[in-house]
Amino acid sequence: MSRQDEGDEKGTAGEDESGSRKDGGGWAGDVAERVRAVPPSGIRRFFELAEEQEDVISLGVGEPDFAAPWSAREAGIQSLETGRTSYTANRGKRELREEISRDAGRFGLEYSPDDEVLVTTGVSEGVDLAFRALFDPDDTVAVVQPTYVSYAPGVTFAGAEPLPVPTHAEDEFKLTYERLREAGAEEADGLIYCYPNNPTGAIMTREELEGVAEFCRENDLTVLSDEVYADLTYDGDHASIATLEGMRERTVVFNGFSKAYAMTGVRLGYALGPSEAVGAMNRIHQYTMLSAPTTAQYMAIDALRRCRDDVEEMRRAYNRRRNLVLSRLKEIGMDCFEAKGAFYVFPEVPDGKDDDDFAEGLLEQEEVAAVPGSVFGEGGEGHLRMSYATGTEELKEAMDRIEDFVERNY
Amino acid sequence: MDEEKRRELIEVLTQDARRPTDEIARMLDAEPEDVEDEIESLEEEGVLRGYSAVVDWETFDDDRAEAYVEVNVSLDRETDYVDIADRIARFPEVSSLTLVSGNYDFGLVVESDSMNEVSAFVSEKVAPVPEITQTVTHFIMETYKERGFGMGDGDDDERLSVSP
Repeated sequence: MSRQDEGDEKGTAGEDESGSRKDGGGWAGDVAERVRAVPPSGIRRFFELAEEQEDVISLGVGEPDFAAPWSAREAGIQSLETGRTSYTANRGKRELREEISRDAGRFGLEYSPDDEVLVTTGVSEGVDLAFRALFDPDDTVAVVQPTYVSYAPGVTFAGAEPLPVPTHAEDEFKLTYERLREAGAEEADGLIYCYPNNPTGAIMTREELEGVAEFCRENDLTVLSDEVYADLTYDGDHASIATLEGMRERTVVFNGFSKAYAMTGVRLGYALGPSEAVGAMNRIHQYTMLSAPTTAQYMAIDALRRCRDDVEEMRRAYNRRRNLVLSRLKEIGMDCFEAKGAFYVFPEVPDGKDDDDFAEGLLEQEEVAAVPGSVFGEGGEGHLRMSYATGTEELKEAMDRIEDFVERNY
Repeated sequence: MDEEKRRELIEVLTQDARRPTDEIARMLDAEPEDVEDEIESLEEEGVLRGYSAVVDWETFDDDRAEAYVEVNVSLDRETDYVDIADRIARFPEVSSLTLVSGNYDFGLVVESDSMNEVSAFVSEKVAPVPEITQTVTHFIMETYKERGFGMGDGDDDERLSVSP
């Protein structure tokens, strides 16, 4: 895999060191306590290890290996050619909000393009806005784990308190009423999760979400539902908690173009929620971001209008790779529940051994990068996140190497 | 194998017909024997007509010549399109033959070792067919994409090796 990142382009997306440099060019001021409180994530350390190797096959990549559909790219180019380089409305271009509102209907979601849709610079911005706009300092936000690494730090940056809610392999990493109760989430003010899930690939059906909804209604929790992988569901249809009874009024749904449309670098997402919640988020957004990137918005309009077939084609390709990887892992003897969403599988390290050791050994001996599950929080230990957003030939080679590694070491 | 899997099998084969059966079976979450059986019945049904390689001849051999030939025909009571198509399609030089709408009737792709040979083939074998009233030959100067495969170098993978 060729890597062209050099010099200042190095670094993991969304995660920079917060500490100060000791060598020259120092900083005379302070670094805020809430920033110092958040350590750099384990992903970064692993990234640096992987970068030291020459011919790594990486199963560590959290983004599609496809490029954005050409039609959407062309729309971006055309918008530049015709000089569409000014700000848009704070909430995003009207046309785009209308397309988003229409598209959300596929999942049974109904939101008005007038005041219930906010276009953001990636889902990440939307989630950050929600932490800051919907919670006060000292509020508690339950964070379902293992999870995408940004939620708990985001809660901390907003001055609130994250509360880990671990999920487990025996539940196929689904969230349940019981797990929320065990974690003490009844005291929390909010809940954030991501299904289909990064890093486990778990999905939740409508029936399974009922228990979560019940808990949230009983304990008056605000729900932030990150559904950025919604289109990458391989068994049945994606279900959103906001469509369950009594949940729309307490839920903000996040989705975007990064995963399904392979547009990670375009940085475009959106939040859907009742006017008051989205309006509060927009209050921060209008002062801090003004509007999401205009070129990206033009790309997104085209993506929603013309690229459904591309999404479906990519989904089918991911599904074939998922089948391939799951079947190989089974043969190799690595236990893995059938991950039905996103583009990750989350197998167990054989013999209950340490995930960090396995991942480091695999990288050193076989030059295959898979991310240790523990970096994604509680419940992830003893597992590995393997992304199949990589070409089939590379996946096959990676699986051969993993097989050799397991035979030799376990 | 259900209709959806059949369709997916065809999709997989059109992308890469050289994949081992075992691998296709894994990708489709099916048994290798079922994949073999299904391919066999798709062949028998005439859905799968053959498997061939997409070659960038320019990289391999500069001498090859290819032309797209527009052909106009006139039909009569005894002769229809199929009759004419059948006559033309038998020539090994004709690699593809389609009936199209618009200003001409048939579109042919003709391949041979040199431009001279292609010209000679069109003038000596195609044009003299009695029902053919006109031919227009376009020599192919450069191929950029064929059957879904681009002839360029493709894009580099610039992604970070590990990302959240």
